[in-house]
Amino acid sequence: MAILYGQITTNKPVTAISSTGNSRIVEYRLMIDIEKNRPIVLDRRIHANLRSRSRRWRGTVVEIHLRGSYPQAMPKVLEYLKQTAIVNPYANIMFVDPRGRLYKFDRTVDRMPPPPREINPHPHGVDVETIQRIIRSTAERDMLGFMRRHFHRVGEKTARDFLRRAGIPEDRDPKSLRPDEIVSLVEKMREYDGFLPPEADCLSPLGEDLLRAGVLKELEPEFVAVHQRRPSAYSGHPFIVEVAIAYGGKVPAKDDVLLYRFANKIPLVYDESGDVCWRIVRSINWRRYNVSPSMPFAVIIHVCSTKIPYKTLGKEILADQPEVSREIINGIREVARQLARYISRKERVKRQVRRLTVFSRYLPKIARFSAELAGREKPPDTNRLYQRRQVFSDFVTQNEYVDSEVFDSRLYNVVFVHIRNKHEENAAVVRVLGRVGSRWEVLIPESSLTSGSEIYETLRGRYEAVKVQAKSLRPNMESLIDAYVDGISE
Amino acid sequence: MMDMPGGNEDAAVDMKSIVQKRLEEMGAKFCREIEMGVFPAVTMKSRSTDNIFYSPKHRQYILGDRTVTRSSRNIAHLRPFTQMVWTAFFVHELLRQRKTSTLRDVYYSAQAYDIFFKDQSESDNIITDLETAIEHPRESFNVFPEERSAVFGDLTIQYTVPGYEDRRMNLSSHPDGVMIGPALTDARFIETSADKVIVIEKGAMFTRFVEERVYERFNAILIYTAGQAPRSTRYFIRRLNRELGLPVYIFSDADPWGMHIAMVIISGSANAAHLRQLTTPDAKWAGVWASDIIDYKLPSEKLNERDLKRLKELRVDPRYEDSHWQEQIDIFMKIKKKCELEAFSRYGLTHIVDKYLPERLKEIGA
Repeated sequence: MAILYGQITTNKPVTAISSTGNSRIVEYRLMIDIEKNRPIVLDRRIHANLRSRSRRWRGTVVEIHLRGSYPQAMPKVLEYLKQTAIVNPYANIMFVDPRGRLYKFDRTVDRMPPPPREINPHPHGVDVETIQRIIRSTAERDMLGFMRRHFHRVGEKTARDFLRRAGIPEDRDPKSLRPDEIVSLVEKMREYDGFLPPEADCLSPLGEDLLRAGVLKELEPEFVAVHQRRPSAYSGHPFIVEVAIAYGGKVPAKDDVLLYRFANKIPLVYDESGDVCWRIVRSINWRRYNVSPSMPFAVIIHVCSTKIPYKTLGKEILADQPEVSREIINGIREVARQLARYISRKERVKRQVRRLTVFSRYLPKIARFSAELAGREKPPDTNRLYQRRQVFSDFVTQNEYVDSEVFDSRLYNVVFVHIRNKHEENAAVVRVLGRVGSRWEVLIPESSLTSGSEIYETLRGRYEAVKVQAKSLRPNMESLIDAYVDGISE
Repeated sequence: MMDMPGGNEDAAVDMKSIVQKRLEEMGAKFCREIEMGVFPAVTMKSRSTDNIFYSPKHRQYILGDRTVTRSSRNIAHLRPFTQMVWTAFFVHELLRQRKTSTLRDVYYSAQAYDIFFKDQSESDNIITDLETAIEHPRESFNVFPEERSAVFGDLTIQYTVPGYEDRRMNLSSHPDGVMIGPALTDARFIETSADKVIVIEKGAMFTRFVEERVYERFNAILIYTAGQAPRSTRYFIRRLNRELGLPVYIFSDADPWGMHIAMVIISGSANAAHLRQLTTPDAKWAGVWASDIIDYKLPSEKLNERDLKRLKELRVDPRYEDSHWQEQIDIFMKIKKKCELEAFSRYGLTHIVDKYLPERLKEIGA
């Protein structure tokens, strides 16, 4: 599409340079024969990949010239790149725009999703044209071999059963099929329910970890939930839906839900309102999830399929394919539930913190005035009732666990721990331990604490002492921790 | 409820030292609890409406047996609890230094101690809590309202307030009457020639009674309540009745509101159900009765909707059980008329004193 657009606006060829890291680098200069839809090779060169084996160049360079109105297109171009960075968190993207400005989208992970496996078409998903093409090129002499060889998830048993049910002899030469028989074959294939559903290893979804990394890096939310649906299929086309929801942080608050749509890792930036994703997002009763559309949150939907159910030729909007829509809805519900839990938990933390602040504010006064009433010189020590200790104060995490101050919890029946990561970017790992005798037991297991997030827990059970441990999530990426321990006697 | 030791149950000075002691005990209890790791708490009678009952025995509203516990363990209670401890401390200081204060004063004083009340009604409420908790009226810990009422008559009192100790005064020495404030409420009664107390709702009538020398002609101590009698005035009336054995006669307007002014002096209000030393059960409502409107042909006005509604409420109010009250309510309902004390002026300014008062006092056996 881009090559075509470049050619019709500038009439300049495209240059493509590529090497898989072997001894050769291939360079082509091409134009498209638009009428015949065929390449015209203007120049072809082979370069030696000179350097030693381990340092050979590998990669692909595509160079095109195109003409357009950059001032007009700029917002969409930048948006496109940013969204591309979301679903390609393992890629470094650099863009120098026509005004000479450099845009950089750095990778935050160095793993890539596993490459997809090439597969045959699934019998539910083929059309007459496809069958004709396969027949033209097949070396198989009979229908049994034809079915087994060229279709996904068709073994000998399935092929036999299908041909018997379709009334086609197993030894029939595929090349002898008449056009009307081919049409009937396609129909029979669609009707037959004995084919196993397509496998999804031909797809290349991001996976939950990479999607989370991409969302964290480009949207910088306070909270993110990701969910990958199990593989499914519509009309013989396997697909996987991946959904994420990002909340707070640098996610902007709009009047409406912020929606990011992707198809096979390509951002869809136009005609949002015509897309089924948009309709689904709008139809969800967000209030059930403790959020309103005007709160700062974004929904990210990635549909991965051998055939994306586009609604139009422009490949910008998804059609309402019931199987796909159902997966999208269920995916959104799952991440929305996680968001609802996060928000209600956060509110609970706030309430609890306020609760304890009230104790520390009023108990000393009660002690003071009671003492005055009783004619005592010194107020009684309220620490036996309630004590708050800051055990970590602006603590800079290191690569290994470091202990906080130890809180003596012998006097208290209930102990609360409150830990906050104040760092602007880096996450920390924390855990809480309690001492029984001389042994430290883990009370709150290792948990990661992203930038700006908090942990608030009530500790059950009897411990003589309590301490917090913290370290950086990633080596040499220090974070900043505050931790409080509160003890209450009753 | 506390009853005072000995026969002289209203002896103001003794009571103050008892209150002072109770406050100190409360403070000591909280200190002990804090040191033991127990959150301080107070248990007091519930003042919610479903725990207010009329007691025919005490002839006033009292609180039932239901109690509430206010604990510093409970976050929702912590702030009012702290406010109450501070208030206890503050009034204890008042008692110790023999000073008095007003409700409004308490509200402002709190800020100096870093204790905050949203508004005066919050602090008034906390003071009521403290009254309930230590079972004594706020007057006994020197907190008075700013309402003003007055007394006139031959009664010699002796001050107990600092700076005036042992100084004496006769309450007929000032023709406008003497204001019933903290100093008078706590004064000792030395001697009187009066044999009754006449309580008047209206200022104009009080002045007329003084001018017409009612105190001499009828041997009476006159009290002006300025509408609904303030608690300190009710307390003062009770003391006159209890300590000096004087019968009390109340004159108010002939309408449900005037009637109720008399009733609150006699049997107290539901708001003060937690207190026992504010009522004078033997006091009598001497007028103006509904029947007087007919008998004395008094100029009258029609009862309005509000008046009628109020009468219906009073009819079922246990304090109005007595046949005389019921009779008067029936007459009000029948004639649908009301009149004020001043209505007697139709027959001349002194008519009320010359004719109505002697007749009425005779009628009720005074």
